[in-house]
Amino acid sequence: MWKNLLDWIEYRIPMMRVANMHAIQYPAPKNMNFWYVFGFIATVVLVNQIVTGIWLTMNYVPSAEGAFASVEYIMRDVDYGWVLRYMHSTGASAFFVVVYLHMFRGLLYGSYQKPRELLWLFGMFIYLALMAEAFMGYLLPWGQMSYWGAQVIISLFGAIPVIGDDLTLWIRGDYVISGATLNRFFALHVIALPLVIVVLVFLHIVALHEVGSNNPQGINVKHPKGSLKEEEKTKYKIHEYYTSKYDIIDDVVPFFPHIVLKDLVAFTIFCAACAYVIFFNPEMGGLFLEPPNFEPANPLKTPEHIAPVWYFTPFYAILRAVPDKLLGVVAMFGAIVMLALLPWLDRCKVRSVKYRSGFHKLNLTVFAIVFVLLGWLGLKPATPTFTLMSQICTALYFGFFGLLWLYSKNENTKPLPARITK
Amino acid sequence: MSNAPVDNGRRRFLTVATSVVGGVGAAGAVVPFIASWNPSAKAKAAGAPVEVNVSKLQPGQMLRVEWRGKPVWVVKRTQEMLDGLAAHEDKLRDAESENEQQPEYAKNRYRSIKPELFVAVGICTHLGCSPQYLADSFSAQVQGVPSGFFCPCHGSKFDMSGRVFQSVPAPLNLVIPPHQYLDENTILVGDDSGVA
Amino acid sequence: MKKLLITLIALLPSLVSAAGGGYQHPLEEVKIDLHDKASLQRGAALFINYCLGCHQMQYQRYQRTAEDLGIPIDLAKDNLIFTDQKVGEQMTNAMPAADSAKWFGKQPPDLTLVARVRNPDWLYTYLKSFYVDTSKTFRVNNAVFPDVGMPHVLEPLQGTQVAEKVYETVNGEKTLSGIRLTQKEPGALTSEEYDQAVTDLVNFLEYTGEPSKLESHKIGTWVLVFLAIFFVFIYLLKKEYWRDVH
Repeated sequence: MWKNLLDWIEYRIPMMRVANMHAIQYPAPKNMNFWYVFGFIATVVLVNQIVTGIWLTMNYVPSAEGAFASVEYIMRDVDYGWVLRYMHSTGASAFFVVVYLHMFRGLLYGSYQKPRELLWLFGMFIYLALMAEAFMGYLLPWGQMSYWGAQVIISLFGAIPVIGDDLTLWIRGDYVISGATLNRFFALHVIALPLVIVVLVFLHIVALHEVGSNNPQGINVKHPKGSLKEEEKTKYKIHEYYTSKYDIIDDVVPFFPHIVLKDLVAFTIFCAACAYVIFFNPEMGGLFLEPPNFEPANPLKTPEHIAPVWYFTPFYAILRAVPDKLLGVVAMFGAIVMLALLPWLDRCKVRSVKYRSGFHKLNLTVFAIVFVLLGWLGLKPATPTFTLMSQICTALYFGFFGLLWLYSKNENTKPLPARITK
Repeated sequence: MSNAPVDNGRRRFLTVATSVVGGVGAAGAVVPFIASWNPSAKAKAAGAPVEVNVSKLQPGQMLRVEWRGKPVWVVKRTQEMLDGLAAHEDKLRDAESENEQQPEYAKNRYRSIKPELFVAVGICTHLGCSPQYLADSFSAQVQGVPSGFFCPCHGSKFDMSGRVFQSVPAPLNLVIPPHQYLDENTILVGDDSGVA
Repeated sequence: MKKLLITLIALLPSLVSAAGGGYQHPLEEVKIDLHDKASLQRGAALFINYCLGCHQMQYQRYQRTAEDLGIPIDLAKDNLIFTDQKVGEQMTNAMPAADSAKWFGKQPPDLTLVARVRNPDWLYTYLKSFYVDTSKTFRVNNAVFPDVGMPHVLEPLQGTQVAEKVYETVNGEKTLSGIRLTQKEPGALTSEEYDQAVTDLVNFLEYTGEPSKLESHKIGTWVLVFLAIFFVFIYLLKKEYWRDVH
């Protein structure tokens, strides 16, 4: 009976085939470590953001007059509204924590290298869409920081020669940030960008499953057809989509249940961290929810110190480090473009940091520290010392990419093992 | 892959146990989403019981108050109106108020706590229009009955106890809301706790 | 490169303290306890008697306040609501915005969320730091909030204070380096009683800033306990499936 129903469905839509191909019989390298859980977690966070977001729109009022009060209405008058709101606000920050770790994993193990260039690019587009999504979402509570943060960021577009001023006016739809801006940001935040992100995530996963998952050793688990002996092939049932094109070595496990269980273990820990923030520390010391944002937007009064939310601060620090408006904006966007160009800047054939030169290890370490440092500097007021530090860090940030391009061509790498060792 | 035998019993137990615990967690996670659809504090405040002062209400007069967005009538019936209630009971659908359109304490001929004071939700049980109060021109609708309520939308007719007449579209008597007397002249509409 | 970074990181703390500008009055730490219902009730009474006349709490309802603070509704109706408002309504006042803006220079801000905009220590110190300054409209100034635009409404309780300003010379410029406050005339309360009253008031403001906090710690504990239990199961299950790998 049950089987008949499944067959009936399968004949009409390939549910089991997709489940088998992309989960139950998808070959994942068995040595995927802690760094490999963030893709799964990011997907769950995306679902959380969409669901809590839908529930928030049920009570949120997208107007300059009603927005702030409606958020407090959700926080006080709606049953468990505060849980939904904190799940959404904490989820936004958690999303970026997870995405930054996910991206750093790519840097560590060379996951952007051939043949994963498009996979990496789709990831970068997700990151860009996510930044736009977060930026527009931050305007919606219509607090002081929402208002003035949006004011500053939109003004960045004013740096573009010739059309700058008209462009900012067009984006705002008014001479200042106003209800018109709020409404268009609301529409983009709840409908347009989530659709874009979901489509990009789909493409990201399709591309991933086409080229296969990388691993901490950066060596292939898929070998040319006919190159492996029978006893070297994996004993797990792998979908014929993969086995018909490659010989899969005995170093893989199926994505489900093995990798999913591993991801769930990490996910449980991640949930505990989020639960701590949601229930005990939703403001996270002013990082996730900034104190001035508990004051309604006031176009006549700027808060003493405007800082973007923490996940934008590395780029904000780069922006401020450059003493020229246009060049600052160029540097800020350039910092993201450099990341997108990584597959072509890194000319080394060895993927994983484990087998690469000491200089690369140092370069990558410095880059990671500099990124965190820039994030910290972006939260601080622009005093001369901080500006100088930001300038040094900006130079080091771009230096990472320049140096990588130079030394990666003839890098002194270690020999790669033939099989995954653990 | 080692050749250690798979302990299927343990594996099955852990799978079931984890699924059960996970299911409990999922059920818990759903709670805020479901609970947030309940009436909010704002809706509850707006739907809070309403106090009605009837000290200035003259016999034959009607007072309209709003409770949970609905019109609630308070009618001070005259002695003639009360006396007339028994006369036309053969023309009613539900003269004995058998259907649960009223709290237990209003299940009587007057469908009220005090005979002279009639409290009812002024919404026709047919399709939700608000009937008119015809204090002395109701006999045009039902011969021999001088006063009652007439719904202009589809012609439903109710007597002075809100009981529906036969052969009209409305199926049921008018709804009597929960209410109580806080003192001689004050009715609390929407709350009968401590009384019922 | 590494050395430079280490130097930079070592320098950070000293840089942070150098960043602030102008005189900042040191904040006193306040010990508040959201579970102390008696304190919250006293704070609510103080707020309604002394603050609500000018400052609204337009997001907070009387009923919710009474329920969370353990005040029976009938008692709340008689003792908290001095207007003709219903118990389900928000704690607002009838002061017209245009008038108040004329009287105070700007409309007195809503205080529902003030504890989240500022912080409890700031509020506590602020409420204790009014001093006589006859040059101001309301004849008072504040050490924490210079040129504050409101009168010292708690003066009948606290009495009056006078300020002694301490200056020091930095880089040849005379700059304010401290404000010492001393009691001039006594109020209805002793200094300790006044501190307690202000603590109660700050406690109440902290509560209204986030009324869900009372509940959230309770729920959060259960969520964490559940996750700990779930972790054991999922970890064992993962181990079980990975036993035959490697």
